[in-house]
Amino acid sequence: MNFSGVLPLSFNDVSLSLEGRVVLDNVSLDILPHERTIILGPNGAGKTTLLRLCHGLISADSGEVCWQGPQAGMRSRRQAMVFQRPIMLRRSVRANIAYGLKFTGLSYRQKKERVAEVIEVTGLNDLANRSARLLSTGEQQRVAIARAWALGPEILFLDEPTASLDPGGTRAIERLVEFVSGAGTTVVLTTQDLSQARRLAERIIFFHNGKAIEIADAKSFFMRPKSREAKAFLEGEILWQNKTDYKGLQLCVG
Amino acid sequence: MIFGADPGLGEVVLLSLKVSCSAVALAIFFGLPLGAFLALYRFPGRGLTIICVNALMGLPPVVIGLLVYIIFSRAGPLGVFGLLYSPSVMIIAQLLLVLPIIAALSRQHFVDLWHEYGDQLMSLGSNRWRAVPTLLWEGRVNLVTVGLAGFGRAIAEVGAVMIVGGNIDHYTRVMTTAITLETSKGNLSLALGLGIILLLLSVFVNLGVSLARAVTIRQGV
Amino acid sequence: MCRIVFFYFFSIFILFYTLGISEVLAGRNIKLATTTSTENSGLLKRLLPVFENRKDIKVLVIAVGTGQALKIGKDGDADVLLVHDSVAEKEFMQKGFGISRREVMSNDFIIVGPQGDPARIKGGRDAVKAFKKIYSNSIKFVSRGDDSGTHKAEKRLWETASNILPWNVTSTSWYNEVGAGMGQTLNIAIGMGAYTIVDRGTWLAFKNKREHIIMVEDKETLHNPYSVILINPNIHPHTKSEDAKQFYDWVIGEEAQEIISEYRIDGERLFLPNIDIYK
Repeated sequence: MNFSGVLPLSFNDVSLSLEGRVVLDNVSLDILPHERTIILGPNGAGKTTLLRLCHGLISADSGEVCWQGPQAGMRSRRQAMVFQRPIMLRRSVRANIAYGLKFTGLSYRQKKERVAEVIEVTGLNDLANRSARLLSTGEQQRVAIARAWALGPEILFLDEPTASLDPGGTRAIERLVEFVSGAGTTVVLTTQDLSQARRLAERIIFFHNGKAIEIADAKSFFMRPKSREAKAFLEGEILWQNKTDYKGLQLCVG
Repeated sequence: MIFGADPGLGEVVLLSLKVSCSAVALAIFFGLPLGAFLALYRFPGRGLTIICVNALMGLPPVVIGLLVYIIFSRAGPLGVFGLLYSPSVMIIAQLLLVLPIIAALSRQHFVDLWHEYGDQLMSLGSNRWRAVPTLLWEGRVNLVTVGLAGFGRAIAEVGAVMIVGGNIDHYTRVMTTAITLETSKGNLSLALGLGIILLLLSVFVNLGVSLARAVTIRQGV
Repeated sequence: MCRIVFFYFFSIFILFYTLGISEVLAGRNIKLATTTSTENSGLLKRLLPVFENRKDIKVLVIAVGTGQALKIGKDGDADVLLVHDSVAEKEFMQKGFGISRREVMSNDFIIVGPQGDPARIKGGRDAVKAFKKIYSNSIKFVSRGDDSGTHKAEKRLWETASNILPWNVTSTSWYNEVGAGMGQTLNIAIGMGAYTIVDRGTWLAFKNKREHIIMVEDKETLHNPYSVILINPNIHPHTKSEDAKQFYDWVIGEEAQEIISEYRIDGERLFLPNIDIYK
């Protein structure tokens, strides 16, 4: 394959413990360009930690996180992240999006044009002058995505962007994600919502107990899951987090 | 009734405001960056510094007054400035009095703000240094309360301004030292009147800030 | 980082500089460290505006106890002193902190106490006798305890009146050193129903007397002279000795002496000027 940007991103035997708990356990995986990757798994599987590690907010205890593209040196400028809870600054939607460009080195005119363009294409026209703090969570999440995307990233990480949204809000976010991905940005999105994964995924990384248990393209994952945990998850079973006091009971199959 | 009783009263109230406002403004200028620094940066001795700053919050004004007196007396190390018994040295004393409050309280706010905004700002390409102005702006509603706490301590204290200002009529007499003086002259009603003015002033300032706060929160800006 | 630290140090420098400038712009003035009695009695409010108009020099009054006033003078934080403790004043002059000293005026101390007069000293003319009675009956007494002129005068009185000094006895409950100015001490004595010693000027101007009245007047033993002292510019070259000298000369001169002689509260004269013709 011929790469031009910072991707692919490779994890080689990455482990990480937080507060004495193993959060990532020998994770090895690749994130390839131009593919919507969904990281699927129950609560506490390590999905958020994985994204934060990808994004460079934390670093691993052991193993390597490698950006392998020819422009890997530019990696911090070529990626953006949307957090589970949207953090809006106390200013208008427009100003929030403009704030995202603050550290990009663009000229004032370029910033202004970029903000106008992003507001236009992400359909935030009606909200542009509203105070971001007073919007609903769903609207705030759309602003957060627009703000991240305004940076023009090669890869965009989204951490459970629809976790606390109603179906309407979820739908709006998913449309926006599809748009961003269609515009050429590689999207990595975590979710525990199976139907969302079905709707959006091109590739699935199934996480459980800090391990990347199954990595497959979406079709084969949903048709023929290989691992016991994934099978159970797809069948709607509740997967429990591995706790030391009941080691044998990683998986509760009715 | 009180204003009629003494034409010098307006002067005393004005000087109180001038001294305390200047001291608080300077304390904010020095204290907020200090608070941000203690909240956001790790350096050896940081824990000890934070404990010290917190402890200094409770320092009695007379002790500050005494220290400033010793430093700015002609016999002291900064005596050459000739500032003892002047409004300037009162500002310095109150600045030192208020600085730990501003630094300690704002440090806590900065910790909370960083907890809330830190990841997002880092993600947008900011860093701990560059985030400070943004955090200041985002936390301005709470930080105003910090300033107010400082102002409350400054305007109400008597120990420090009495020692370093000398309670000189028409020059360094502020409301609290005037109250002390009138009490010592047995003029209890006038002292009480001054106390009421001090109280009203504090109520007005708090009222103003509460209003501003309510408006800010409602508008979400 | 370096730039910011530099910026803050620079700001501190600018701060001191502007504050210094603002003090210079405050105009021509001298600092007078004096005892609380001269200010609390209202005399200075009558005296100083006349001087300020005449010479165009503002007098900034720092009213503290005599002990502290002498300390302020010794450190060079004031230009001229008006104090009342001849023993300490002489020592101050001997050590060379002052360049000249003159008596300006005098008044007397009085012993005040509650109307009920538990020590039975009312109407007395002998301060030592009154102190003896207070001492032997352990009647409540409040002392300044602040090293002021009044405090020192009181201590000298106890030294004549009793063999064992009350402040040396740890178990006394009747002798209370409060460590406060004259007015505060009066407030405390009145609150406790105790006796105390006070200069006549402060007493006459004091507004919270309640049930307290004058018990003993003894113009001889309780004589209380006030002196003006000019700080030695050889030790403290920064003092405004020329302007201070003008005040010094004026306050012992005829105009000031006449004002002192005419100053009255409720028809009673507070201070006796030093120039005989005005006495």
